[in-house]
Amino acid sequence: MKLYPKNFSTVVHNCNLSGISLSRYFLDIEIVLNETTEEIVLSKMEKNLSVMESAASKGMAGVTSFSGLTGGDAKRLATFRANGSPFGDSHYLEAMIHSLAINEVNAAMGVICATPTAGSSGVLPGALLTMRDRLNLDRRAQLNFLITAGGTGILIGNQASISGAEGGCQAEVGSASAMTAAALVEAAGGTPSQSAHALAIALKNLLGLSCDPVASLVEVPCIKRNAVGVVNAIAAAEMALAGIESRIPVDEVIQAMGSIGRMMPVALRETALGGLAQTPTACRMTTMLQEEGHILWPFPTVTSDDQ
Amino acid sequence: MAYFQSVFDIIGPVMVGPSSSHTAGAVRIGLAARFIFGEQPEEVDITLYGSFGHTYRGHGTDLAMIGGLLGRPTDSDDIRYAYELAEKEGLEVNIKVSDRNVAHPNTARVVMYSGNRSMSMTACSIGGGMIDITEIDGFRVRVSFDNPTVLFFYRDRPGMIARVTRILADHTINVSHMQVSRKEEGSQALMAISTDGAIPEKVMAEIRLISELGPIISLTELMREPDSAPIDSMGEQE
Repeated sequence: MKLYPKNFSTVVHNCNLSGISLSRYFLDIEIVLNETTEEIVLSKMEKNLSVMESAASKGMAGVTSFSGLTGGDAKRLATFRANGSPFGDSHYLEAMIHSLAINEVNAAMGVICATPTAGSSGVLPGALLTMRDRLNLDRRAQLNFLITAGGTGILIGNQASISGAEGGCQAEVGSASAMTAAALVEAAGGTPSQSAHALAIALKNLLGLSCDPVASLVEVPCIKRNAVGVVNAIAAAEMALAGIESRIPVDEVIQAMGSIGRMMPVALRETALGGLAQTPTACRMTTMLQEEGHILWPFPTVTSDDQ
Repeated sequence: MAYFQSVFDIIGPVMVGPSSSHTAGAVRIGLAARFIFGEQPEEVDITLYGSFGHTYRGHGTDLAMIGGLLGRPTDSDDIRYAYELAEKEGLEVNIKVSDRNVAHPNTARVVMYSGNRSMSMTACSIGGGMIDITEIDGFRVRVSFDNPTVLFFYRDRPGMIARVTRILADHTINVSHMQVSRKEEGSQALMAISTDGAIPEKVMAEIRLISELGPIISLTELMREPDSAPIDSMGEQE
């Protein structure tokens, strides 16, 4: 039975009526619909948060993917920051480092928490791990951040999609960025309505983004898009907190994302048959990876089915 | 289309990268195969179809499946060393890629051997780490993970289905989905029964008294813990 609130405007309305935050509202629904308790939800979320923390520190130390195509960019950016960026230090730079680190760990088959997918797993923790110090968020407030992000992610998933195969990268990094923006607004003391505008603004900025990974690997362009996803989330949150509103209502933006996804050709939905994946360089990389083999283990024989 | 109603559908699962469908789903296929076999096999033939076959190296789909067959949960950090682990833990692995057309792009078939026992299982990874089992030991099935399911193997003969379902009816257990398949008339048959809520142990004991029934495999535990499903907590097996 489909009992979850249908759209964000209903959620904002209900929060305003009872004077509660988005995280309180989403937590209450979680407990009722999934027959669980606040204690269980918080302890499961705590486990997820600790996975994000360990993935970030692992990635910061520098990892390389099996293909050898990616890795080490988080470290590069951290060194750049330590040596003093010509543009000055910023929370944007710090967030990008966290996001790159976590998604590089994902590409290297490390342990991550999907938010909402593995390919977009750097965006949300990039913002949380950066802003929790600046906003002095205690552990409970950090878990609330994840609950708000999760609840808004459900609203996106049920009205549109969070799958690259269904809706392209706008459904993965786009959704991740949008739900992060909504959670950031609440963490910074904004209203549920401002969270809705932040989500709408963040998602609008990434509409139409295709999923065209080189050699079908979750590496190029996925990892750097996680860094852009977190920057976009922070920018949208700052705009919303300043009172800037999305001219298109949040649920219409979400539905537009779903509609664009359905119009998107299959070649741009995680098949590696179009876009960046079919550029001459990507094709050369793919051939090279196939010929050389990028893993050390014994190669299986490729045969037609014999059964 | 997927429908979400828990924040943990969005914030989670905790898994080894890089892909929920090609990695986390593949671990769960391996875990399911091991669970159904009832022990860790000595040897396994793995055939990868469709997108699994084309992209398995980049996604570590082979490592993930072997990890699952070795009983490693989806968030096990040593899945990347699956070939070395298999060698150490006495599992011989043969991997093949097939270009045969399959209904779902992310499909894998596993044939497990141990002593003189062997068993096959086919499953597909349907996204977000979820899997469907489509074949068990040569029988076509469709086992999703949304309802507790029990597999009953028996020799095809009149009245068997009625005898099992009558016991369920006597205990007011509602069957949500049921499939029956057989290799040929009068030969080995399989009944896959999904129920609203797990079948209580007391009722299972009653069903086991039907002498003509062969092995009974309850997938309930596997569905409760698809990320780690321990084989030592299984009920009846042979």
